[in-house]
Amino acid sequence: MNRQRVLAIVGKDLKKIIREPAMLFLIVLFPLMLTLVFGISMGGVGGDTTQTYILGVVDHGTSSSGLCSSHFIENLTANPMLSVQSYADDKSAEEALAQGKMAALVTIPYNFDDSCSSFQAHPSNQSLWVWATLNVSVDKGSMVATQAIPPLIQQTLVTTLAGQQSTMSIPVNLGTASLVQAEKRSAFFYMVPGVFAYGTIFIIMTVGQSFTVEREEGLLRRMNTTPLTSSEFMTAQVLSNMVMAVIQVVVVFATAFAIGYQPETDAIGIAMAFLIVAVFSLCCVGLGLITATMAKSAGAATGLAFVFIMPMMFFGTFVSAAASNSISTEIGRFMPSQYVTDALTSLFSRGASVSSPSVVLDLAVVFVCSVIVLIAGMILFRKFGNR
Amino acid sequence: MGKTAIVISELRKDFGEVTAIEHLDLEVAEGELFGLLGPNGAGKSTTINILCGLLEPTRGTVKVEGHDVKKESGEIKGLIGVCPQEMGVFPYLTGRENVEFFGNMSAVPKKELRERVERLLEKMSLTEDADRRVKTYSGGMKRRISLVMALVNNPKIAFLDEPTTGMDPQSRRAVWEFLKGFSGNGRTIILTTHYMEEAEYLCDRVGIIDHGRLIALGKPSDLMQEHGVSNLEEVFLKLTGRRIREAA
Repeated sequence: MNRQRVLAIVGKDLKKIIREPAMLFLIVLFPLMLTLVFGISMGGVGGDTTQTYILGVVDHGTSSSGLCSSHFIENLTANPMLSVQSYADDKSAEEALAQGKMAALVTIPYNFDDSCSSFQAHPSNQSLWVWATLNVSVDKGSMVATQAIPPLIQQTLVTTLAGQQSTMSIPVNLGTASLVQAEKRSAFFYMVPGVFAYGTIFIIMTVGQSFTVEREEGLLRRMNTTPLTSSEFMTAQVLSNMVMAVIQVVVVFATAFAIGYQPETDAIGIAMAFLIVAVFSLCCVGLGLITATMAKSAGAATGLAFVFIMPMMFFGTFVSAAASNSISTEIGRFMPSQYVTDALTSLFSRGASVSSPSVVLDLAVVFVCSVIVLIAGMILFRKFGNR
Repeated sequence: MGKTAIVISELRKDFGEVTAIEHLDLEVAEGELFGLLGPNGAGKSTTINILCGLLEPTRGTVKVEGHDVKKESGEIKGLIGVCPQEMGVFPYLTGRENVEFFGNMSAVPKKELRERVERLLEKMSLTEDADRRVKTYSGGMKRRISLVMALVNNPKIAFLDEPTTGMDPQSRRAVWEFLKGFSGNGRTIILTTHYMEEAEYLCDRVGIIDHGRLIALGKPSDLMQEHGVSNLEEVFLKLTGRRIREAA
């Protein structure tokens, strides 16, 4: 292995990224813009860290005093994550919800105050409680609203009825409410791990295009007339694309960090993320080589690259994280990008350590897949692609 | 003939049903500037590609500096420089970077490489434009930089496949003078061209190929004398009944 030859190819490829606008866009500007746009649209940036949801309230409380329902509405209003809007009747409120003008609608039942009074009079005797149900309708178009708002309402309800006392039981039910505390996190926080994998999979396209163009222009043939060996050439390609992947991680991480993203990990966790993405880039190089083997032209390489990019994107990055179902989860098991996203989610969102079984297993799967795909790509390109 | 640089014996190359080269026998001496002439599709580039190790012969033996192209292509690649018919330059690199890149591919020591690059760029009148990206070069400049890339490793044998195609007459003349100076001292040049005046001026010997067969071989002056004509174009006309450009 001649180091001079390997470094010359790596240097040439890195100059290509900087000097070719299309490459610069795909490798650096695309992940930067992606992170920035998602950061803004998913609430990672824009004012304080508290997300505010508009909550519609219709009060049907019928008791003479109505104090408890008023108190409940005051408590909802006091929550910085909620902006409460009162509606006179169900119909107008439901219309507003259907039009997306609010994140959720709370309907206070007619017997709410009675229920509240019965609890306050006999807090430990459930047989004397008046039971009531607080209806909550959530904007189903908002992933965050469906997950975050019911727990907030549940929390406020308990505070209204029981004050600061810790109690597990009150006479007012909330259909789907969870007792899990809603955390002040935007959707962007959950999507960042998938953005890393998403940016990296575009290496498939850059490798496919790059090899096809160099073949079309006779550059690969010309390099074949020099003492450069196949192993030196492939080593250089692997190295330069690993550098590209690391550059992408730096760009995504720096952009996400700049707009307020704070992963729940330390420097070692971040280093582990770099390693996982760098290993995953080997898989992308392999798929890029397979793309270049099959494609007759650079244009065809772009189209063919999407055969590999699309499934990995929809079943293994932030896209699948945002809209997963059982089928997509099953398909995702066959996508190396899914394991990258999962490992990074464990590190960045769940606060897992680098030695946790889930992270180690994900890294092992990514490594094995990447090595197999890379070797397959090298063999195929050497046999059929380097004509 | 002194020591032989290239020995081709009973060479045949088929591409499926098509035979590109047939019964080719040829020897080229060390230090010789040898011209391979013929129209497009005659088999010149195929012969060069086999000599460079890019294509395998269907039949026959080919030896470059004593190394068999089938078994020792690695050794051969360390001895040769190739200027292909297509440009074969990285458009996003500067002229100097392109030349240095191919010097690095041949593992030329860094200091020696820098000196050699400067010298070659100067000889080809490319010093002023050396730090511009090649995509901004004219066609003729790209040809010249491609030639420098082929010679930066100071090869024992240089294969130049139509190196002056598309050049203006002045640049072509400059390249001729450069090649005259480069050959000799044990360095062999195999040149393909369809410019007959180029072959007459440069080549010690020429081989004329048509339809994959060698139809004439010798010094340009001897071939012209043998056929009683004043240039190689007329030699080709006498041998095939066609003009070389018509044949292309």
